[in-house]
This record gives sequence, C-alpha cells and structure tokens, in this order.
Amino acid sequence: MLDKSIKELSQGLKNGDFSSVELTQTYLDRIAKLDARFNSYISVSSDAALTAAKEADTRIAAGDASIWTGIPYAHKDVFCTEGLRTTCGSKMLENFVPPYSATVTSQFDRAGAICLGKTNMDEFAMGSSNENSFFGKVVNPWSSSNDLVPGGSSGGSAAAVAARLAPVATGTDTGGSIRQPASFCGITGLKPTYGRVSRFGMIAYASSLDQGGPMARTAEDAALMLQVMAGHDPKDSTSIKHDVPDYSAGLNNSLQGLKIGLPKEFFNEHLDSSIQAVMQTAMKELEKLGATFKEVSLPNIGLGIPAYYVIAPAECSANLSRFDGVRYGHRCEQPEDLMDLYKRSRSEGFGNEVQRRILIGAYALSAGYYDAYYRKAMQVRRLIKNDYVAAFEDVDVILSPTTPSTAFGIGAKGDDPVKMYLEDIYTITANLAGLPGISVPAGIIDGLPIGLQLTGNYFDEARILNVAHQYQSQTDWHLKAPGNID
Amino acid sequence: MQWETVIGLEVHVQLATKSKIFSGSSTAFGAEPNTQASAVDLALPGTLPVPNEQAFRYAILFGLAINADINKRSVFERKNYFYPDLPKGYQTTQLDEPIVGPGVVDIELSDGSSKSVRIHHAHLEEDAGKSLHEDFHGMSGIDLNRAGTPLIEIVSEPDMRNSEEAVAFAKKLHGIVTSLGICDGEMSQGSMRFDVNISVRPKGQEEYGTRTETKNLNSFKFMERAIKLEVERQIDVIEDGGTIRQETRLYDADKDFSRAMRSKEEANDYRYFPCPDLLPVVFDDSYIEAIRKEMPELPDARKQRFVESYALSDYDASILAADAATASYFETAQAVSSDAKLSANWVMGELSGRLNSEELSIAQSPVEAKAMGELVLRVKDGTISSSGAKKVFNTLWESEGKSVDQIIDANGLKQVSDTGALEAIVDEVLANMADQIAQYQEADDKKRKKLMGGFMGPLMKASKGQGNPKLFNEILQRKLNN
Repeated sequence: MLDKSIKELSQGLKNGDFSSVELTQTYLDRIAKLDARFNSYISVSSDAALTAAKEADTRIAAGDASIWTGIPYAHKDVFCTEGLRTTCGSKMLENFVPPYSATVTSQFDRAGAICLGKTNMDEFAMGSSNENSFFGKVVNPWSSSNDLVPGGSSGGSAAAVAARLAPVATGTDTGGSIRQPASFCGITGLKPTYGRVSRFGMIAYASSLDQGGPMARTAEDAALMLQVMAGHDPKDSTSIKHDVPDYSAGLNNSLQGLKIGLPKEFFNEHLDSSIQAVMQTAMKELEKLGATFKEVSLPNIGLGIPAYYVIAPAECSANLSRFDGVRYGHRCEQPEDLMDLYKRSRSEGFGNEVQRRILIGAYALSAGYYDAYYRKAMQVRRLIKNDYVAAFEDVDVILSPTTPSTAFGIGAKGDDPVKMYLEDIYTITANLAGLPGISVPAGIIDGLPIGLQLTGNYFDEARILNVAHQYQSQTDWHLKAPGNID
Repeated sequence: MQWETVIGLEVHVQLATKSKIFSGSSTAFGAEPNTQASAVDLALPGTLPVPNEQAFRYAILFGLAINADINKRSVFERKNYFYPDLPKGYQTTQLDEPIVGPGVVDIELSDGSSKSVRIHHAHLEEDAGKSLHEDFHGMSGIDLNRAGTPLIEIVSEPDMRNSEEAVAFAKKLHGIVTSLGICDGEMSQGSMRFDVNISVRPKGQEEYGTRTETKNLNSFKFMERAIKLEVERQIDVIEDGGTIRQETRLYDADKDFSRAMRSKEEANDYRYFPCPDLLPVVFDDSYIEAIRKEMPELPDARKQRFVESYALSDYDASILAADAATASYFETAQAVSSDAKLSANWVMGELSGRLNSEELSIAQSPVEAKAMGELVLRVKDGTISSSGAKKVFNTLWESEGKSVDQIIDANGLKQVSDTGALEAIVDEVLANMADQIAQYQEADDKKRKKLMGGFMGPLMKASKGQGNPKLFNEILQRKLNN
C-alpha cells in the first residue's frame, strides 16, 4: 500500500480493496511509530483526519468521489489550516491557530483529500537543511545513523514522503525549498511558475519569490497535486489568470524533437564529478527518448545568490514585522513599555537565521544603501530573467543538477551561513526569474539520492512534468526507498 | 524685520468607499471597536491585500477635478515602522510613482483676489487604526476599524503665505472632494485631516526657512489657530537669536498650545520599497476617460450657476456652492420656498451659526433642508415674523418630526396681517401715548426713527406678538406723520 501511486490508491478505494479510514490509519500508525526518529511532523491531526476519512468513505460508497477523495497527504506547516495549529516552524507561532485556511488547503479539502498533519520546516521557510526549526531538526530517512539533513526548507515534507509517512505533501519554494530537499530525499518536487499557485494563507517569507508546489514520489503524482493547487485566486493579487491545462493528459507525450538546454555556467569544472556522471547518464536516457541537447548561456546566473540574499531578506524584513507580540503570536513576559514588548517578543520568538535575514534586509533597504543593494539586486534579477527568456528561444527545457552535493551532515554547515546559502546555487535563479522547475531522482551516490533539475518556460509545467514522467518511465531512481524506514 | 510665512499642506482625505482599500471590511464610522477588522486588517499571517477598484476611481476623479496628470502606472510601496495601530508593521502607500501627478487648485480670498495653489501630487494609501490611551488604566487600547480605510494624501507646493490662504485652500479641497462624492467631508470624524508645513523668512528672501510640520489638524478653526501660533513661535525664536529645528509638532486644541513630537534626527528611516504583494496599477486612456464622463459639478461651476440662476451675490454664491452638502441644502430650501435670497440668508445666518456653535456639520443638522424651505416660505408670505421664524427654527431644532405649520399653529405664531384689526390696535395704543406723540412730532427725521421703537413695543405687546411689524410700521407712519 505504501508504494502505491495516487491513481492506484484512488482505484483501491473505489474498488473497496481498502477504505480511506484504513489507509489513513495506516499512515497515522506509521507516524506514531516512526516519526520520533525523523521528526518530520510538527502537528498530527489524527482525529480530524479519521473523521474526514469516514466522510470520504461515505462519498466513495455513494459514487461521489474525485481522484483525491479519501487520499491522505500532509501540509508543510507554512499553510494556514483553519482550526489546526500553524507554526511556520517558529516559536513565534507555537500556539497560533488560524481562523481561516490557505487557498491551497481549501483546494485539497474540496478535492476530498485527508490532511494527516503539518510537516516540519526551517523557521519561516528560511534555510536549506531544516536545522532552523523551533520544533527540532528533521532527519533524512536515507541516513543510516540519523545524522544527515533532509534539505530545506520543506525538509519535513520531503522526509515524510521519502519515509512513507505520507503519500504526498505540499511544500513551498522561495530559493529551492521544494527542489533541494526533494533531491536530498530521493523524491520528485515541483516549483510552479510564480503566480500559478495561490499564496493566500501561505505564510510569507519573500512574497515575490514564494511559490507553493507538490512534493511526491513521482511526476505523475505531482501532476495530480498541481491540478488541485493551480489556478487564479481573487484573494492573491499576484496569482495569474492563466488557463490551467490537464497536467496528466500530456505525461505520455513523446520527447521526440525535445530540445534540452545545458547552461555552460552550470556544467563546468566546479561541478562535482560524481554528479557530473549522474547527469551524463540521465542525458543518455533522455537522448534515447528522442531529446537533443544544446549548450545555452545564462551569463548573469552567477549573481543569483547575492541578488537573492538581498531581495529575499528585504521582503522578509517587512513581511515579518507583523509578528510584534501585539495581536497574536509570542509575547514576552511583563513588558516594561512598547519598545521592550517589541524587542523581547521578537528576540525570543524568532530564531537566529530569521533574525539574521531581517537584519540583512532592513540594512539593504535603509536610507543610503537602497540603491547599492536593493535596487542593484532588482536590476540583476531582471538580467537573470532576460538570460532565461533568451535561452528559451532556443530550447524547450533547461537541465541542470538540483544540488551541488548529496545530503550533508547535520551541523556540517551550521557555523557558516554563506556556505549554507550556496546550497541553492542551481535552484535560486528559477525563483528570481519566476520560472517553474522540477527535481527528479536521477541517481544514488554513496548510498544517497541525488536529483536532476528541469527548468521550464513560464506556465510550461505540463512540459517539465511530461519530461520528468517520461524519464521516470525509463528509470527506477524514483522507486528507490530508503533502506530502513520501518 | 518684516517676516513672510510660507505654508504647504498635506491633506489626508478618507475615501467614501463602502469597503477598505485592501479588504472587504466595512469603512462605516462609529462601530464598536474591532468589529470591522478582518483577518487581512489584523494582518494575520498569510493574508494578502486585494485592491478595491473604487479607491482608484475616486483618486482618478480627484486628479481630473484639479486638472492633474493621471499616472497610468502607479506603484504601491511599503512604509516600514512599528506601531500597535499599524498591524502589518508597514503602511501600504505610494511614493515614487503616485496615482495623481501635478495639478492646480484655485482659491478665492476675502479681498476678492484669487490665487493658484499648485498640487505636487496625490497618492493612495491605507489609514492606520487608532490607539486609545484613556480608560485602559495605564495600558493602551487598539481599535483597528479604521485600519485599511482608503486615503488619498494630497501634497501641495509651499504656495500659501498666511493662514487665510491655507484655510481657503483647505476649504476648497473640502468642497471639491465632497462635490465629487469621494469623501463625506466629516471633519470631526477624521474624514479630512491636515498636516501643515510652516516656515518663515525675512520678506524678500528667496530661500525658505526651516519648516516644522504640525500634524493631524481636523478643523479649519484649529488649523487657522495652529498656524498663527506656530508663525508667532518661529518669529519669536528667530528674533531671540535662536534657530528653528525641523520637527513634527502637535497642536492641542483644548489647551490652544502646540508642542514638538519628534525632530528630524529622531525621524524613522521608513525603508520604503515596492510592495511585492501588489502588482503595479495600470490604467489606459479609455478607463480614465470613462471616469471623466462621471465628473459631477464642481464648486467653481456651481458658484457661477448660483449667481446666474438665483441672482445671488458673488459672496453668497461662493459660500453656498463651496461644498456639496451646503449647496444641496440651499437648493432644496430654495426649491420649497422659491426665494433664493431669503433661503441663502437663513442658511448662512441662523442655521450656520447654530451648527457652528454646536460643532455640527450641515449633514448633521437637526433641521432638514425641506423644513428650512417651508420656514422661509412662511416668512416670505408673511405668515410669521422674523422673530416668530426664529422661534419656529428653534423648535424645529429641538423637536424632530413636527412640520413648520404645526409649530406655527401650536405656538400661536401666526402674524395678524388684517389691516383693519391692526389699525384698531394702533388707535387704542396711541390713545394712551399723547406725550410720546407730541415728542415725536417735535423731533427731526433722524430722531423720529429712534422714537418709532417706543411705539412698536407696546403695539407688539397689545397684539400678543402676533401683529405684522411691517404693517404696524406702515400704519404708525401714516398716523403719526399726519
């Protein structure tokens, strides 16, 4: 049951092979038994899940079911869930119960899916290792001695899916936060085009970069998830009115004639040789499927990380101002005056990385520095976007590694934030440009999974899903499970 | 030394949209605290702003009314500062790319001259909530009902040279925004608030002096007073050898005193940057032209019409046409009474005096325009005397729902205009006033006028106040001058 696809699970429910209650209980039991080791969930909503599963079974019996009816899944704890604690991995929101649901949450509710709980994450989605959670580190299910990170910030979702503690989970990606943990945990993760999925109710880190997306074992499941999540939302002014295609319909399209771009700035001497080998093998598979390769150039791509680490902190410095201890969230004990209330509530409520980024952002926006930092970074952002637009005139998708390495050790980069920031080198520019990208399992290096990344043109999710699915039809990397997850 | 005052205004105008600028909450005034604050207004995590198109339409309408450039692309920015009544920790406003560009407002002054005040720009922004410092025992209460109410902030050039010009400008803006229907103009409810930038310089000097900004004035009277105080203060400081600090000041109307709030050195760095939750606002020409077609009558055109249609003086017309509520009140009264001049006198005189003394706006007047028209009609047709009319007015003010005629009847205010009856009263009264008659007849014209009053008192008394004074006067003249 644990290795079944969404389609198979749905068919199983309809056939009466198992009920939604049984399916849900299976996952709840696994979480209860195993998650002390992985720490992939912050909150588990057993009662609500079982109640919803019962209702789903009634609907399935009545023949009134969608493909998602009765299918369990998990939410990254960045999505507001009405009546269910939503922490964003922070002490600041340790006891915050939202009075409303994110649009993405409502979409899954309407589809009939069963929310198992809320997954762990780097605090306010800031981090690449899931070491920055107030609710503790997440352990990568592939690490035999429980000493590797799952990646971040959607590390809880990636670990939960890899450890079969949820069939699928939602994630969010601001600089790589879906794709990087997907690569580290051997699963498939898609960051959609900016504006494709509503951000309403998704607690903001960097508003112009944040995008919610699917985390699943296969491209096929990711396509089904995206079908639920995608669409214009009148509650989010930055969501875009663009037709939502049937993402599953084109999965089996042939790749004959597909032109894949290889950015020369990524395939160079800095690329780890074992990852280079994984890429070569993957390219051979894609070639067999009919794709051709062409070198492309993204000359400004090297400026992606510095530009990102100005823009994202600048936006977060304002986005996180609402956490002031006045209306909700953590408030310090016995404030002496207003300034004391602000200072202590925020110093106590936010972890180090969050505070670091707020400070960087406030600095970059301050009088006298705005032009040198924020304005310059926005100019770089436009150049990077132009690089991609030019590249997509010649090719259909762009292939690259997702990450510069396999999962690293817990604590390995803890003392050097810049080293941690470099984790996002291959993923971050898709966010700056607003492009969709998917990470697909493409190999195992020294026992650890590694992903390849396909970046698509704007609103071309169907195509990168198609390529990913075709690749997965020829390979079995996505079927590999961690050795010890029971 | 001769000093010249330089004044520029920043005017916050609350737009009369039904809902807030970025949420669906009501903007109605006076609700229980925090009952009009949604998840968006409370800045709950994950909430996002959704712009209210009506606010854009209103801002464009204002821009067109002052012949300003309408910027077809404008951008919302975040102005960052912490305060408990600012739930997001930033105000969503416009800075570099406002919706309304440069324009002009013409003002008229009491000496009959006129002047143009240049508008630098007007931008859209959201209002903050309110901090309530009383009744919370050393703590503060926060009411977020107002948070997110749409505002346009109108920024003038420093074109005014004294408080009269500043007040005339403020009143003109009040007239424009109420005529456009984009603001209810209720100053006491904070619908229009003025920040006044003031500096002084030796007469003839080109360079501006250091300015101060007196914030949040919400009446023309306070504004006039605050300007006067601040100009005097600045001149005193300079003449005593001091220098003016660039600072923000607060005027306390109760104490008639202003004090410094914060100086430039202590000023916040607001770290403005474009709001990533809102796309740039883009309009095309046809959108703007469609709004232009909805442009209602503006004060200047209305004044012209009042002079032409009602034969009012320039002065009366400019006062009555200045704002939409007064104009509509006058026109209703005029329509009922068919007497423009008399209606104008009553609106500008008795009504306006009473409203001022009770600090009410004309929209809040207990005497409705229609009743005022009926009252004027009864004065005009001689049913009541002007002193009787004042009694009717006072009764109307105090007791709602009664008609003018009912009040006249109930209080026996109807004038006696039957000449025969009045003549009989005159004869009866004069019969006992031989001395006064003799005195009158010996007096010259000038003195006679004075002495007439001595007869009118007893006549009114004898007629129980109901004799038509005009007719009494005529009869008296005839009898005494014979």
